[in-house]
Amino acid sequence: MRERHASQGARRAQEFESFVAGAAGRLLHAATLLTGEAPYDNPRARRLLTLALAHTYASWDRLRGEDPYDRTREYLATRFARGAWHHYGGLLARARPHPDSALAHLGPHERLVLVLRLFEGVGEEQVAALLGVPLERVHTMCDRATATVLHPPRKPAPPAAEPEVAAS
Amino acid sequence: MNRLEREAAARRIMERVQPVPPPDLYEDVVRRGSRLLRRRTAVRRLLWLLLVAGLVAFTVWALTVQPWVEPPSDTTPPLTDW
Repeated sequence: MRERHASQGARRAQEFESFVAGAAGRLLHAATLLTGEAPYDNPRARRLLTLALAHTYASWDRLRGEDPYDRTREYLATRFARGAWHHYGGLLARARPHPDSALAHLGPHERLVLVLRLFEGVGEEQVAALLGVPLERVHTMCDRATATVLHPPRKPAPPAAEPEVAAS
Repeated sequence: MNRLEREAAARRIMERVQPVPPPDLYEDVVRRGSRLLRRRTAVRRLLWLLLVAGLVAFTVWALTVQPWVEPPSDTTPPLTDW
């Protein structure tokens, strides 16, 4: 009995390890785009990915045929959405996207919609359901975000730095 | 440029640089995941314990108080000599 239990645990660990090996790169890429960090310096994305994978690990036995990748991505997205909502006010300075990010000119919600829709190829209906917003809003946000990514605004100079330059 | 082309172009921009996952990711995930599992088990055990304790307390109370037994009437004066 105990032996069977142990071998089951070993198989489970092996399955999970191969899942992480296969999915971590793609998911980290998506998370880095979400947090708007540079690909070479992404502590927030790594933390987000670790939390999402740990959550998948904890519910690995209760997936019941559901795709673990989808589950992890869903957790990642909802967790980011919650965080983005909270950080929108005061802590924005910390959450401001790095200029080397591909999505540097987008807000957190636009990044979320764009990454889910285009980078991950999730359907519009599913994105709308996941974020709890109407379908049309997902559509327009995605269009606007795509346009911003293709034609970024010229000079997004931070207003705080300008007076100093003018004074000297 | 139509919608599909624009989407494809944006996808290419997003896929340009691929970040490398940290080497200790798996160990970190398993450590956190096991902690999550342990915590869940502890919470479930605690809830079961509370349920069982409540049931035992109720049974003991019911057996001692026996609320289904009609209490002896003490409003009517006892009938004596008639």
